[in-house]
Amino acid sequence: MTLLKIEDLNKSFGGLRALSNVNLNIQKGTVHAIIGPNGAGKSTLLNCFIGRLEPDTGSVVFDGKSLLGRQPHEINQLGVSRVFQTPEIFGDLSLLENVIIPAYAKRDGSFRVNAWSPVANDTGLREIALAMLADVGLADSAHNIAGQLSRGDKRRLELAMCLVQEPKLLLLDEPTAGMARADTNKTIELMQTIAKRGVTMVVIEHDMHVVFSLADKISVLAQGTVIAEDLPENIKTDPRVQEAYLGGAHL
Amino acid sequence: MGTFSMDKKDWFLFLGFSAAVLLGPIILTPVGAGYPDLLQKFAIYGIFALGFNILFGLTGYLSFGHAAFLGVGSYTAVWTFKLLSMNPVPAIILATFAGGLFAALIGFISLRRSGIYFSILTLAFAQMCYNMAYSVLTPITNGETGLQLAQSDPHWLDAAFGIDYGAVLPTSHLFGTDMTGYAGFYFCAALLIICFFIALRIFRSPFGMMLRAVKSNQNRMKYTGFNTRPYALTAFIISGMFAGLAGGLLAVTDPLAGAERMQWTASGEVVLMTILGGSGTLLGPVIGAGVIKYFENIFSAFNKSILMDAYSFLPDGLQQFMVSLSSLFVGEGWHLTLGLLFMLIVIFLPGGLMEGFNRVHALFNKPPGGGGSVKESETAAPAASPVKV
Repeated sequence: MTLLKIEDLNKSFGGLRALSNVNLNIQKGTVHAIIGPNGAGKSTLLNCFIGRLEPDTGSVVFDGKSLLGRQPHEINQLGVSRVFQTPEIFGDLSLLENVIIPAYAKRDGSFRVNAWSPVANDTGLREIALAMLADVGLADSAHNIAGQLSRGDKRRLELAMCLVQEPKLLLLDEPTAGMARADTNKTIELMQTIAKRGVTMVVIEHDMHVVFSLADKISVLAQGTVIAEDLPENIKTDPRVQEAYLGGAHL
Repeated sequence: MGTFSMDKKDWFLFLGFSAAVLLGPIILTPVGAGYPDLLQKFAIYGIFALGFNILFGLTGYLSFGHAAFLGVGSYTAVWTFKLLSMNPVPAIILATFAGGLFAALIGFISLRRSGIYFSILTLAFAQMCYNMAYSVLTPITNGETGLQLAQSDPHWLDAAFGIDYGAVLPTSHLFGTDMTGYAGFYFCAALLIICFFIALRIFRSPFGMMLRAVKSNQNRMKYTGFNTRPYALTAFIISGMFAGLAGGLLAVTDPLAGAERMQWTASGEVVLMTILGGSGTLLGPVIGAGVIKYFENIFSAFNKSILMDAYSFLPDGLQQFMVSLSSLFVGEGWHLTLGLLFMLIVIFLPGGLMEGFNRVHALFNKPPGGGGSVKESETAAPAASPVKV
């Protein structure tokens, strides 16, 4: 079943054609990687999913609803969570608060003034948030300030913040960018666990090690068009991909 | 759990605060501040700063126009006295609502921008209110003279209950008790305590946590599914209501409203109070308000003869020198002392006086082994750890 359907997407910046006639079908329960050389339009494509950029023509339909023209918070409320290239967390708040806040968004919607009863009374959400932190291996530091975490731990926290909302679709923009190798491997393991739970993921990634250890399907973007879409093992040997991506070198 | 369920530490904080406020006349006498006029100001500006902190301390939106709501509250209260009743209750209720209404209007427009642009927009609106009070709105504000009570005021509500003030200008009274002196202070003090309780609840609530999250990372808030603008607007309206109430109370203790209350210096003052005490903390803004009002009233009253007395133990020449040196910092020069104090705090204690208190507290509470005091307080108040009292 198609969860996210992108049809004939076009986007230009002045004279530059960033995306031309992009078509993508993301199947429910799969990990779909989008790869491509620098400037291929990967980030532009992702920004069109989530309400940051408005495409010139084309459609983005998620779960039967168009995502175009919607605010970021509306798209999240439809069930799309996003992990950023640089982890976006609440640096001044505790880890527990970082995870309990998205849980409130899921429960109470995009705006609700609950200014009287203390957070400490919402024991149900607290349990959920603590369990989520335990899942990503951060339970011990639940009461520490999130801004002091290492890059890898910030990423794990950000994943926990997304997962606590039980998203239908998780978008990841270079989830291991700027990480040490050990952190990268831990993050890959975590994402594999998430994938096994059946969360649909779209991953934009440079690192081929990450892509091939995660993806069920790979789309290759070059100069704003999808030049190949196939299973990982076929992508590896596809001559068009090697030509566009690495100028003929072997992956 | 009941509606009033609160952490034990928070009850302790609230009761301690209430006791300190109610015992204010006794506690503050040794420093020369134990007289009702000044105590009233402490309480009123405490409310003002407490409300400002809900906006600035929690969401990080720095408003430079909060004096407008203070002024609106004062005008509303004086008009309520004139038209309805000299009882302070209707006056402060209407002043609170007027402050909230104005905040809704100004906030709705100003919150389309953030950062410095938001600050400039609020400043522009406040200055607009100030200038209009002097010009086109003179029929409502009575311009430069200020809005005062007059013998011809109808006091319809009072008249309906058969109260006639005759030829004397009435003062505000709560069912017969004059709102001057200590009665006036205790009226303000009761409201300060109520406001503190409300602020405490907001700080510990999910709503308060959302506001802190808006300050920490607004982008993440949006991608987490929150519509951030109504959150900021609600905080803006609440703080406008606190300011309106404070303005109303200024009129209760002295039934006169002037436009200078809305000037940008008054807006700047509440920013100083909040930062000096510790923005984002519960007690800080109230303490900051107290310190600034104390300086304004006590330090500014020191004159040459008081200084001469203070240095009378010194030989003549040295006495003269010390007096002329000290007089730079007191009397007219109190702003200099305040400025220096403010600079020292911002440089060495960015968290304000509260950070200083917390550091001293940590120094004395360090258990053997060290570093344990932080952890201890975290386990005691788990979900609210980064917010200090």
